Amino acid sequence: MQIEITVNGTTESHDVEARTLLVYYLRDAVGLKGTNIGCDTTSCGACTVLLNGQSVKSCTVLAAQVAGDEVTTIEGMALEDGRMHPVQQAFQECHGLQCGYCTPGMVMAITSLLAENPEPTEEYIRLGLEGNLCRCTGYHNIVAAALAASGAPEMHQ
Amino acid sequence: MSILGNRVLRREDPKFLTVGGTYVDDLALPGSVHVTFVRSSMAHARIVSVDSTNVQAMPGVIAVYTNDDLGLAKFPTVMGMTNEAMAPSMLASGTVRYVGEPIAAIVAESREIAEDALEQVVVEYDPLNVVIDPVRARTDEDLLFPDAGTNTSFSLDFGGDETLFDDCDVVVELELVNQRVAPCPLEVRSAAAHMSEDGRLEFNSSTQAPHGVRDALATFLGLEPDQVHVVTPDVGGGFGAKAAVYPEDIVVGWCALKLGRSVRWTETRSESMLGLGHGRAQVQHVRIGGTREGVVQAYRIEVLQDSGAYAGFGTVLPFMTRVMTSGPYKIPKAECASVSVVTNSTPTTAYRGAGRPEATAAIERIMDVFAREIEMDPAELRRRNLIGKDDFPYTTPVETLYDVGDYHRALDLALEVAGYDELRAEQARRRAAGDVRQLGIGLSCYVEITNGLPDGEFGAVEVRPDGKVIVRTGTSPHGQGHVTAWSMLVAEQLGVAIEDIEVVHGDTDIVPRGAGTMGSRSLQIGGAAVNQAAVDVVEKAKDLAAGLLEADREDIVLNKAKGNFHVVGTPAVSRSWAELAAAAAKDGNPLFAEVDLASPGPTFPFGTHISVVEVDTETGKVNLLRHIAVDDAGRIISPLLAEGQVHGGIAQGVAQALLEEVVYDLEGNPLTSTLADYSFISAAELPSYETRFTETPTPVNALGAKGIGESGTIGSTPAVHNAVCDAVAHLGVRHIDMPTTPIRVWNAINDAATGDGSAKGGR
Repeated sequence: MQIEITVNGTTESHDVEARTLLVYYLRDAVGLKGTNIGCDTTSCGACTVLLNGQSVKSCTVLAAQVAGDEVTTIEGMALEDGRMHPVQQAFQECHGLQCGYCTPGMVMAITSLLAENPEPTEEYIRLGLEGNLCRCTGYHNIVAAALAASGAPEMHQ
Repeated sequence: MSILGNRVLRREDPKFLTVGGTYVDDLALPGSVHVTFVRSSMAHARIVSVDSTNVQAMPGVIAVYTNDDLGLAKFPTVMGMTNEAMAPSMLASGTVRYVGEPIAAIVAESREIAEDALEQVVVEYDPLNVVIDPVRARTDEDLLFPDAGTNTSFSLDFGGDETLFDDCDVVVELELVNQRVAPCPLEVRSAAAHMSEDGRLEFNSSTQAPHGVRDALATFLGLEPDQVHVVTPDVGGGFGAKAAVYPEDIVVGWCALKLGRSVRWTETRSESMLGLGHGRAQVQHVRIGGTREGVVQAYRIEVLQDSGAYAGFGTVLPFMTRVMTSGPYKIPKAECASVSVVTNSTPTTAYRGAGRPEATAAIERIMDVFAREIEMDPAELRRRNLIGKDDFPYTTPVETLYDVGDYHRALDLALEVAGYDELRAEQARRRAAGDVRQLGIGLSCYVEITNGLPDGEFGAVEVRPDGKVIVRTGTSPHGQGHVTAWSMLVAEQLGVAIEDIEVVHGDTDIVPRGAGTMGSRSLQIGGAAVNQAAVDVVEKAKDLAAGLLEADREDIVLNKAKGNFHVVGTPAVSRSWAELAAAAAKDGNPLFAEVDLASPGPTFPFGTHISVVEVDTETGKVNLLRHIAVDDAGRIISPLLAEGQVHGGIAQGVAQALLEEVVYDLEGNPLTSTLADYSFISAAELPSYETRFTETPTPVNALGAKGIGESGTIGSTPAVHNAVCDAVAHLGVRHIDMPTTPIRVWNAINDAATGDGSAKGGR
């Protein structure tokens, strides 16, 4: 079936099987490989993207379900002037990534968390990231990055 | 000013943060076909038949292969030490020995067709008796390999000194389970292969050791190593489990050769939980003896190692446990003996620490039990027995030579950061008040071996006429940040900006040799090789500069601030790196140096971790409040990366102590084969950590550096474990096995209350 989704501001239209999950639509049909797959039980959050500005696990959404909606992936996060988004920037400054596999999902999840709560506590971030797994960083610097990003002026405009 | 020791941000990050990494499954490989594996649903059975008639007829299915079709040799023994009869074949041959074992490979035009085809293969099994418990395996009542006549895959029979504990006033014993855990890198196993136009096998692998993959493919497929080209793109974590070559890798290569097509394979997470090697899996019997004044005189550990279904790397983990038998303590008499056995479970392998966390867990746990027995503070007992800083180099009773250390300093700093006395006072207050939430304080003093294998490492540095520097390394990072760290080392030697340095790794054509990244070896041997190559390039550049400046070779100096060479005293006339490289190129020589650095031997990082937990005595729930880590890995080149390594290690240690365990039922069915069932630790269960470094440079290598990749896990696991046991010790609980889940803690408290003082916590 033909599915039209706005991905990172561009309208995409692809003919896919009805059973196609959003993550495969993004990776295989659109060709954006930044969104990763880490499990098959909606547990790890590596595939987290923004759907109309809110984080979802793209392995748990059918592409057909979100026809006509707006999806943002890691490739669409940079600011208009080309600089990294404050959350991306905070990840580098705080050493919030190692192997990088969970990173796109983490960045999207944190962006969504900060949109809901611009002045979060550490506990809020930790509970909010329960569905995003990382094996490398011990989460310490991911949480630090989220808190640092929440203080960035761009996040409060 | 030196760049080394500064907080340099990672050069790797912008790509990962803006478009994501390029992992094997991300590679565009047009026209490639997909491999999936039919896996055993039985833990132990004779294969009666594999019927793929339905599959062969499915549109889009290209081929189905069983082990007989492959005609490949079995895997060799591990370092010549393991039982030869227990080596795995590529695909199950006649008998399956664990759930998840590959039986047949299906090749299809798409991933979807391959997965649909899986459902259509009918395997008929004739069940055999299942052996899951390694204690039962050791009885040889049911054999996994009747031809071998035993389930024992490997043993280390040292010591057996009957008089070991004769002089001890106090002797305590403990039996503990160092449970099986899953390494769980976020990226699962993945490989892709095709034949190049000139007939070479091109292979992409998610591995920690690309040259090992190259050599294994060449050996099994009957090719020369130079007929195989392995490229390792970004790798989403390994933790030891991707240091091994797996049967699936070889089968993917074989399919590309056989079909002449581009072939790819990426397992699912549920497959990975059964196919990627598991870690730990030891049962330990430990005994310690000493005086009532807290002088430890003797220690013995007996290890029963679960190899899983075949004798792979996990089989020889006790070798590394034995090396670290007596830990950081000056114990006059210490012994380690071990037996490894096969069971009907996923084969075990290296997992962050690989044998050393198990050694530390054993001695640190029984140090606490001993302290309680003689009514001494556990920190004081440790202080009295740590090897003194003037005792190095120190040879332990099992003949391990520790390089250098200041163990007391790490202990003292950890106690100070923790506010140990105040914590004990708060604990006493809660105990006296009978609070529901009791406080537990756990210590772990550790020392571990890094760069423990004999391999050397390759490093090369080339300066190009455009002034760019190309660094090639035989190590293979998968999150460690070698691009940044090796750039720092080369920038320091050459006086060039790190932005002008490109670090190449993981391509066996560009990097001719390499042992890879495992065992906390990379900086001290791979970084040291790159560092040496940089030193050599500077020397070559001085030769060139002497010619160009018509000066004495001995008078040429490198101005590192400007990245140019001049005659001492006349900085105005100089030659830049680019000019020298251009001059060399004109003569037909690159400005280049390569080094095959032989291993100067292992180093021994050490430290003290302190964990503070709160245990709800009504529910058994443990809450980790604080974790203090003082680690000493010698000289720290990159504090950013070193700290990151410690953080990740701590989380994996906490995970083992509190949550994670691979569980099988008695029929060998895995109960933790998805991330929904396996208790992978999350941010919600962890605090931020309090980390400190002390720096005691090692004389073993030029950098003064020791490994830091595994220390966090080795130090943290027993600290958390001891903290949980400490929180409920006053209630009469002597020991609770890991993971200290609420049900186990609750059972232990209740068993103690009902008078069963030996309570270990229900399993």
